[in-house]
Amino acid sequence: MSPEPTPILRAEGLVKRFGGFYALGGLTFHVAPGEILGLVGPNGSGKTTAINVISGLYAPDGGSVTFEGRAIGGLSSHRLVHLGINRTFQVPKPFLSLTVRQNIEVALAYGRSAAAPPSMESLLEEYRLADVADRPAQDLNNVQQKTLDLARALATGPRLLLLDELAAGLNPTELDWMAGRIKSLARSGMAIIVVEHLMGFIEQITDRVIVMNAGKEIFEGTLAVAVKVPEVIEVFLGGEHAA
Amino acid sequence: MPSAIRHLLFIVVPLLVVFAILPGVYENHLMLFNFVVFLILAQGVNVIYGFTGYLPFGYVGFFGSGAYGFAMMVMHAHASAPVAVIAAGLAGMLIGLLLTPLLRLSGAYFAIANLASSLAVLHFVANPALEDITRGPYGVSLTATFNPEAAYWAALVVLALTLGVVVYLKNSRFGLALQAVREDPVSAGMAGVNVVRMRVAAWLASALIAGLAGGVYAWYVSVFFPDNVFSGTFSIFAIVFALFGGVATIIGPIVGVLILYGVYNLIGFTTPQYFQLIYGLLIMGLVLFLPAGLVSLVTRRGRHVP
Repeated sequence: MSPEPTPILRAEGLVKRFGGFYALGGLTFHVAPGEILGLVGPNGSGKTTAINVISGLYAPDGGSVTFEGRAIGGLSSHRLVHLGINRTFQVPKPFLSLTVRQNIEVALAYGRSAAAPPSMESLLEEYRLADVADRPAQDLNNVQQKTLDLARALATGPRLLLLDELAAGLNPTELDWMAGRIKSLARSGMAIIVVEHLMGFIEQITDRVIVMNAGKEIFEGTLAVAVKVPEVIEVFLGGEHAA
Repeated sequence: MPSAIRHLLFIVVPLLVVFAILPGVYENHLMLFNFVVFLILAQGVNVIYGFTGYLPFGYVGFFGSGAYGFAMMVMHAHASAPVAVIAAGLAGMLIGLLLTPLLRLSGAYFAIANLASSLAVLHFVANPALEDITRGPYGVSLTATFNPEAAYWAALVVLALTLGVVVYLKNSRFGLALQAVREDPVSAGMAGVNVVRMRVAAWLASALIAGLAGGVYAWYVSVFFPDNVFSGTFSIFAIVFALFGGVATIIGPIVGVLILYGVYNLIGFTTPQYFQLIYGLLIMGLVLFLPAGLVSLVTRRGRHVP
């Protein structure tokens, strides 16, 4: 491993409560430019909540999130997008009645990315959406809607990309292709956080994983090491996705 | 040719020309004027409902505010009618501004709250204690500015401006972003769109449109009561016309007004019982088979409708 670059995102003691339930109970982690970080853990361990807090859907109830040295906790989504953070959704959320092209056009027009964003045509080509470019997003299948979510996120030129279960529902060929896309984005310097249940996919693409349980990190390191740690095994024991 | 120019040339200009010529060849000017008013209101509903998804059941609140804005400018400031029409638009916008917190609601909750707020404005204006300012429930009579012909032309100008707004929304990134907000506000935020600002902008634009319409209406009729200009019929007609044709398009609300208000004028007065039957059946058929309006007959075949 090369010497560790300065983190682009730091979460310190992040807390998110829903009533009396602590979805995040003091989560601490960081991710560096060009790094692919996996967030794994059983259902309900707070992975998606972590993504939702970082992308501005929820304001944190405690702790801090800093992006490029700037505190971003509680900023609204569109401002975070303008700073260089974007995401995909577990259940894809395209603009259903708009065409694929219009979906991306909105993000290109309003993303205000600092770097030159990719062009419409290159996004359509690279994410296999060119054939359906002029169809409304509601005509797309689930996998196409997921890639459209990703293409829309990329149109805003993010430097930190959060992928929430992007791989679920992809067939093996699509998984390989998607893994290749994500790795090439990371090579371009983008920091990427991947929330995923598919351990094979996690192993294939991540540099490092954070294992979460009950809103906290319980392990940080490579997946190969994680699966040998007793605490991690215990958390996953009986879980259908345990590697 | 850019599509915005095409829309102006082939939809907006012909419609305006027809309504500019008609008074010379058809004598029922009040009916023509009402057509123009409903074209404006249906497009105003289009701006807020078609492009953002907020269904304004109390849309008449802005219209009535505009009418009273006009009346108060004429009665108290002795303003000329064109100035008073502008004030009417601002009065609509002012009420819109006061009601922006309603945008925190969605769906039926917004629709009902908006309906309630329009009634609140009505009862505020019609309050006998405000007789010195609004003439309360006793109505206003604006003989100083009475000039139906000029008011008709002013209505055409307001219609032109309104159609200009809709053509802009249909062809601009701003309009696209509004539709994105309508489809999914969370995703719109992730596309970098400032959701709150977008909604407020569309809301105020649609309030301005209804306020201006109320202003020219007050100018045209010159004598009216609060119950006339705050009548829920304006809201319902404008919404039904817009939905019947198909919102988020330029021609949908136009087609809706021409057909439904046409039917209303053909048989609404002569045989009201048949009118209600036909209207009811048309609306039921629409809701059941064409929820996206008449234009969906074309769009469902994959064709684009401006």
